[in-house]
Amino acid sequence: MASYGTNEFRGGLKILLDGDPFAIIENEFVKPGKGQAFNRVKVRNLRSGRVIERTFKSGESVEAADVVEVSLQYLYSDGENWHFMDEGSFEQYAAPREVVGDSANWLKEQDVCTLTLWNGVPLTVAPPNFVVLEITEADPGLKGDTASGATKPARVETGAMVKVPLFVNQGERIRIDTRTGEYVARAKD
Amino acid sequence: MSEPESGVDWRPSAAVEALRRRALLVEQVRAFFRARQVLEVETPVLSRATTPETALASYEVHSPGEERVEGWLQTSPEFAMKRLLCAGSGPIFQITKAFRAGEEGRLHNPEFTILEWYRPGFTCESLIAEVEEVLRLLLGRGDSRRISYREAFRRFAGLDPMQADLGELRRICRDRGWLEASNAERDACLDFLLDASVQGGIGSGVVTIFDFPASQSSLARLKPGDPSIAERFEVFVDGIEVGNGYRELTDAREQRERLERERRERRRMGLPDTPIDHRLVAALRAGMPECSGVALGLDRIVMIATGHTRVEEVISFSFAGA
Repeated sequence: MASYGTNEFRGGLKILLDGDPFAIIENEFVKPGKGQAFNRVKVRNLRSGRVIERTFKSGESVEAADVVEVSLQYLYSDGENWHFMDEGSFEQYAAPREVVGDSANWLKEQDVCTLTLWNGVPLTVAPPNFVVLEITEADPGLKGDTASGATKPARVETGAMVKVPLFVNQGERIRIDTRTGEYVARAKD
Repeated sequence: MSEPESGVDWRPSAAVEALRRRALLVEQVRAFFRARQVLEVETPVLSRATTPETALASYEVHSPGEERVEGWLQTSPEFAMKRLLCAGSGPIFQITKAFRAGEEGRLHNPEFTILEWYRPGFTCESLIAEVEEVLRLLLGRGDSRRISYREAFRRFAGLDPMQADLGELRRICRDRGWLEASNAERDACLDFLLDASVQGGIGSGVVTIFDFPASQSSLARLKPGDPSIAERFEVFVDGIEVGNGYRELTDAREQRERLERERRERRRMGLPDTPIDHRLVAALRAGMPECSGVALGLDRIVMIATGHTRVEEVISFSFAGA
């Protein structure tokens, strides 16, 4: 089993603690002039997102977590799992609801998403930063009203609700920033 | 076109302005001691012996092509300065490089600058007062406070460091985030809590913690009437350790016993062996004046005085880019 010594600690390193995968956020070497050296680290639990502090005696080793980030194409959802594929190896991965979370709002078939895999199993799913989705439901537009800044709710093809300007109509395709869930612009083909 | 040095970061880790301020502070230190008739000395950085203290790792030095260790880079100038005291130097100070292998981080660089001085006739108390004056001068801040090790732990770690049993200490360490403390030794637990609870609790400004446990002080005199306590103090600025001082041990036989004990402990821990410095013990036998001595981490003091947060910001080239 791979492991890291405390002198290899740095931000981003993935380690296994109490059976869970963690990412090191901060590492600080602390040592009284005449005493024991420690590494005090802040780590994020990659399953729960929770951040905790842990201290290790310098010189100790910690088991490495087999966590990788991969780009996978989103294929489809069967309601329970969201399915992704490695476009190189054609290997498929299934991510359940609790892993996909709110990202489900922005998953469009054939878009390439970023997944973190722990021992080959999806931990997190991140959609592209920007996606283009079609509006499937919206109140009729008001011609000429392009500057007021007023918005109305619209449903997009994934089922998610987005606030759009009044002039945007059902059937149009819009660009959305998935990090904020906000409308950016009408998509031009 | 790509040359081997393309993209290599050659720049100093400190801004030139920080180095200017550093030079001014060092000048102030020299003027302070000159005004008090304390003699500036230089002692070897490369020496035939080094400290056996288990908490310190000395760099071993080899001659080209030789396997035998010829000397060690000093972790502090303490042994040589004590030999000068035994030779009748009177009060002495020095600003020198010291080396501690493996110590690298926000507040550590393996090569660092020590300001160390010795005062014949001074008690710990009178030396602490002088340290406070030096820090007032360099930091430009007035107030300083003192608290005993025991009181500091009672107040900020919620336990009595002299009485608490090992099981309780370990449990508190685990609660504070050191989960592998279950097999830890007493002093390691206290070191952890000093960092995790006490240093944050003592607050900002200059704070001296005095009367350390005897087990943590292999070169300090024990307190007359209480052998569980050593006449050792540590100085903190804004919770950062900046200095360590002792009422110096002058008893040659006791010094040799403590060095031998540390050396045995090194062997037990599987650390590289270091020979006993017989010259230090011989000097003590010839007679060392009753005195107190202190070492300050000059890089950290310059860092705090100039408002920086990493020592590398006041060191021309930190080890990573040296």
